[in-house]
Amino acid sequence: MIFYLAAAFLMAIGIYTLLAKKNLIKMILGITLIDSGVNLLLISIGYINGGTAPILLGDVKPSQVVDPLPQALVLTNIVIGVSVTALALSVVIRVYRHYKTLNSDEVRDMKW
Amino acid sequence: MIKRIFSILLVALVFFAIFMTLATDVPFGEDRTGVSSRYIYEGVNETGAVNLVTAIVVNYRGFDTLGEVTVLFVAATGIGAILYNRSHPVKKRSKTEASLIVRTGSDILFPIMLLFGAYIFVHGHLTPGGGFQGGAIIATAFVFKYVADTRYSIDHAKFTVTESIVGMTFALIGILGLIIGGFFLFNFLPNGSPAELLSAGIIPIIYVAIGIKVGAEITGIIDNMMGVQQ
Repeated sequence: MIFYLAAAFLMAIGIYTLLAKKNLIKMILGITLIDSGVNLLLISIGYINGGTAPILLGDVKPSQVVDPLPQALVLTNIVIGVSVTALALSVVIRVYRHYKTLNSDEVRDMKW
Repeated sequence: MIKRIFSILLVALVFFAIFMTLATDVPFGEDRTGVSSRYIYEGVNETGAVNLVTAIVVNYRGFDTLGEVTVLFVAATGIGAILYNRSHPVKKRSKTEASLIVRTGSDILFPIMLLFGAYIFVHGHLTPGGGFQGGAIIATAFVFKYVADTRYSIDHAKFTVTESIVGMTFALIGILGLIIGGFFLFNFLPNGSPAELLSAGIIPIIYVAIGIKVGAEITGIIDNMMGVQQ
């Protein structure tokens, strides 16, 4: 249950960062926080009481392991998250080179 | 000020909506395996991989993983297009050189980290880890080189060739499966006995290819970001 609380908390902090902060790099940090919250949520949904890691080595029986499918999907999600973050950071580098600022209010066409 | 109050209210609303839905509708720790009970009970027989996450990622959902590698490739290409920098030879990235401790430490750790990354992706079907994790460790080894030497730069031509070859290996194995077994990424190699290094059919080959490809791509991304001048 505390994992659900932590996941919802991470997502809430991420959304607040996106809404309230002006610095572009802090906004990207907000996106990665939402990403981590979603990953934690998926992993904790796949947990089964008393289960262990889904690797059937030694004397681990198939009835003792947690759900492996959410873990495989989270592996995909982590890689996609890395790609999105790297692309966003490179766009921010270009924005900084052009406007000499990271404040989204001072960059034209980026106000809300 | 109104904007800030509005965003705090919105965030609180989102938080309570997510948490209340989870707490009431999705009880924690309950067994709700649908399709994955087949993966858990039949996975070792069908794929030969002891690590069930690897069995799902590379064998059952291998086509999905090919798409995932493509996403990473497209992102690396996009970063190269955005941050293109033609300066050659490489200029110094910082005014001060790294200290002796950092240079010696990175020289000693670089081969060990490459070996550890290779270990992680070769044993992807037996232990926690796999191609993506091993590739990330290899890229970290190259970050050490960049930190220690302010003029260091990778050989882009060699990295591009390596990346293309291993990427084509993945697709070629899929097409070979199509020719031999009738569908894309068919497991045409014998499964062997579980929990041995040479087992699980095509999984080790694909994971070695993914590991080298991810390592080369993330190193390329880092090189593009390091080469930016003020």
